[in-house]
Amino acid sequence: MLEFPTWKKVMLWAVAIMGALAALPSIASLTNNDWPDQLPDPTVNLGLDLAGGSHILLEAERSQVAAKRLEDMEEGVRNALRRAEPQRIRIGDVSTDGGELSFLLDDAADIDRARGEIEDLMAGTGPVREWDLQVVDGQRFVLTPTEAGLDNAVDAAMEGALRTIGIRVDELGTREPTILRQGDTRIVVQVPGLQDPDALKALLGKTAKLEFKLVERDASAEEVQRGFVPGGEVYPYADTDTYQGTGVVVQRLGGIDGETLTGAIQTFDSQTNEPVVSITFNPEGGTRFRTMTTKYTGRQFAIILDGEVISAPVMREPIVNGQSQISGSFTTESANELAIQLRSGALPVDLAVVEERTVGPDLGADSIKQGLLAMGIGTLLVMVLMIVTYGRFGIYSTVALVINVMMLLGIMAMLGATLTLPGIAGFVLTIGAAVDANVLINERIREERKRGRRVMAAVENGYKEASRAIYDANITNFIAGVLLFQFGSGPIKGFAVVLVVGLFTSVFTAVPLTRMWVAGWLRKARPSDLNI
Amino acid sequence: MKLLKLVPDDTNIKFLKWRVPFFVVSLLLIAASWALVMTKGLNYGVDFAGGLEVRATFTERSEAPVSELRSDIEGLGYGSPVVQRFGEDNQVSIRVRLPDEVSADNEAAQAAANAVVQELQGKYPDFRLDGNDNVSGKVSGEFREDAVFALVLAMLGVALYIWIRFEWQFGVGGLFALFHDVSLTLGMFSLFQLEFSLQIIAAILAIIGYSLNDTIVVYDRIRENLKKYRKMPLPELLDLSVNETLARTVMTSLTLLVALIPLLLFGPASLFGLTAAITLGIFVGTYSSIYMAAPLLVWMGVTSNSFIPEETVADRQEKKLRGEV
Repeated sequence: MLEFPTWKKVMLWAVAIMGALAALPSIASLTNNDWPDQLPDPTVNLGLDLAGGSHILLEAERSQVAAKRLEDMEEGVRNALRRAEPQRIRIGDVSTDGGELSFLLDDAADIDRARGEIEDLMAGTGPVREWDLQVVDGQRFVLTPTEAGLDNAVDAAMEGALRTIGIRVDELGTREPTILRQGDTRIVVQVPGLQDPDALKALLGKTAKLEFKLVERDASAEEVQRGFVPGGEVYPYADTDTYQGTGVVVQRLGGIDGETLTGAIQTFDSQTNEPVVSITFNPEGGTRFRTMTTKYTGRQFAIILDGEVISAPVMREPIVNGQSQISGSFTTESANELAIQLRSGALPVDLAVVEERTVGPDLGADSIKQGLLAMGIGTLLVMVLMIVTYGRFGIYSTVALVINVMMLLGIMAMLGATLTLPGIAGFVLTIGAAVDANVLINERIREERKRGRRVMAAVENGYKEASRAIYDANITNFIAGVLLFQFGSGPIKGFAVVLVVGLFTSVFTAVPLTRMWVAGWLRKARPSDLNI
Repeated sequence: MKLLKLVPDDTNIKFLKWRVPFFVVSLLLIAASWALVMTKGLNYGVDFAGGLEVRATFTERSEAPVSELRSDIEGLGYGSPVVQRFGEDNQVSIRVRLPDEVSADNEAAQAAANAVVQELQGKYPDFRLDGNDNVSGKVSGEFREDAVFALVLAMLGVALYIWIRFEWQFGVGGLFALFHDVSLTLGMFSLFQLEFSLQIIAAILAIIGYSLNDTIVVYDRIRENLKKYRKMPLPELLDLSVNETLARTVMTSLTLLVALIPLLLFGPASLFGLTAAITLGIFVGTYSSIYMAAPLLVWMGVTSNSFIPEETVADRQEKKLRGEV
């Protein structure tokens, strides 16, 4: 017990000192003190409940991806069969009901050609089979999407959405946003210190699918309700205060979409001085825009964003330079928002906000201050209690306790873990666990002395006998902590992190470290009695 | 220096003498807790119920206009909100449980959240939004499932470990003690209709952790004494073990309380529910280690043979050689 080899002493001290030093940058930043730039400074991440900021959980509907995929397939099939060589393949009775695409060949003799065209379309990018093709009654083709194919499509859509959101959030100019995929169809966006969560939501919640289509005529209310008319599509006005009527009928085919944009910026209209969004097309889009505006000069074009008509200006002259502007009843902010959305491209899938949490920065700062103050008072009281109860052994425990708290903070900083409000409660509990280990040991030493054991033997037995309970208790808590981290959400995770890291630091500081100190003292002082 | 002794040296309380009445009372309490949870239910916060919560400070007045706020939001047509003081007198938390059809529709739920904030910002110039939570029905349902799953899994996981390290009776006893603690905490939350959120789940987990510590310390001592006093009747041995560890139990509970009480008094308001639950749990957890985990061992028939390693053939041969058999 008294024999502590030098290497062991060096190691214990090194771990304790390094662990404790690692906490200094965090302590400096938590208390708003300066930390020299030259020194390494991993600080503990503060959760949004402490730092202030916004947490937004976005979710895509798998069914929406499936529907869009089916739609794309329908269009692909129509195009491919129309362009088939040597002559087009005629089909009819096309339906996408029940999640599958089916159509009837006009002429059963086309079956092999049709199959060839469609098999080209069905080939996915990966090794998995994305569609199943069946031919019923020799003439009806049925295309059924496979689950694996849908998985791929969802995955691709989410990856695309992640990129688009990354660009949009960057445009806000906030510091260190976190954007992560969560599960199959969710994306978490966390922006620390954000002042205006509404702007963020407005920016993320919009798909920003932009289309230009030729207007046929104004739509009646019933048509808007129904959403389609033969040969055309019906779109409602986004802003019915400014525009008379409920919506417009546009040509279904043709038109230009936002994917051909290369730039979008908020400017002001030179005549009316209203905020507008100036857009630039790529060469292909520019050409199509020129052709369309030349052919249909004097006609009305609908500018459609996410299925709603923003404005429907009359094209007075052909637009040849590949630039245009979108007007509508914008404010400077909303025009800027739209510009950002257009620049980042459309989201490949609609995302809905399913969870939103915001904490004002003031409140977060207050929480930290109060939490730290309370923790400080608590730790101090615990120290006093330990010292009046166990004397010298209490002093060892309290020094170990301070090192424990610092190591815990330091290791969390090094791991890049996040400290949350429930994490502070976890800290308090860890302090309890660390003290409990020493209480167990010290009580055991008392007992052994009472039974008449000599000083050395009592201390040795105290540590040995108490360790069993300490390890068992900590391992069970460790099991619980790991399970919680794995299966818990939000605050539970934040609590579990502190709990698990705290178990290691508290056992380390409460057992081997104090044991080294006690041994050192015993060897030097050789006391014949213990005041414990 | 004379050191403080919380528990006198020769303490010998006959805990186990009262094991039947205490156990019956505990069973009744567990039953009552679940009855409360079933009938009265838990007062779910937005984490578990969905809906929105807005926290705000009225910067220009000393007291928040609670009843006015209630009627303001009622006027918006989402039902009646829960408006509570939160921290200082001029700070409130407003919880609005959206009607199901609104909650299910993400856009409608967002619109409702905006409407509430705009209404208050428009009406009260000194309204400062400190934060808001907005949780859709779907996510809140998942939080509920996750929480239950994590809790049950954690309890079973630790019971399994105790079983492996001790004996099956100890595993069952430990699990039952945890079940007791969780039940009573839930019952308490149901009885007083305190807000039940994800944070409270964290608190229950802390209670489980603490109660477990207690149970294991007592169990460890029982195991030790079983080996030491092979002839002692079990109830007496349990009493001895509990008494021997009593000084530790009292001291640890006291230090934890001493650490938690400042957090209750001076800590951030958002941590109050969590700390209050843990504080209560310390009493419940200590009690259950003594009155649930230990007596169960008597009834499940733990014997002193449980921890005696079986004689191996080699041992026996050695004994034979020495002429002991």
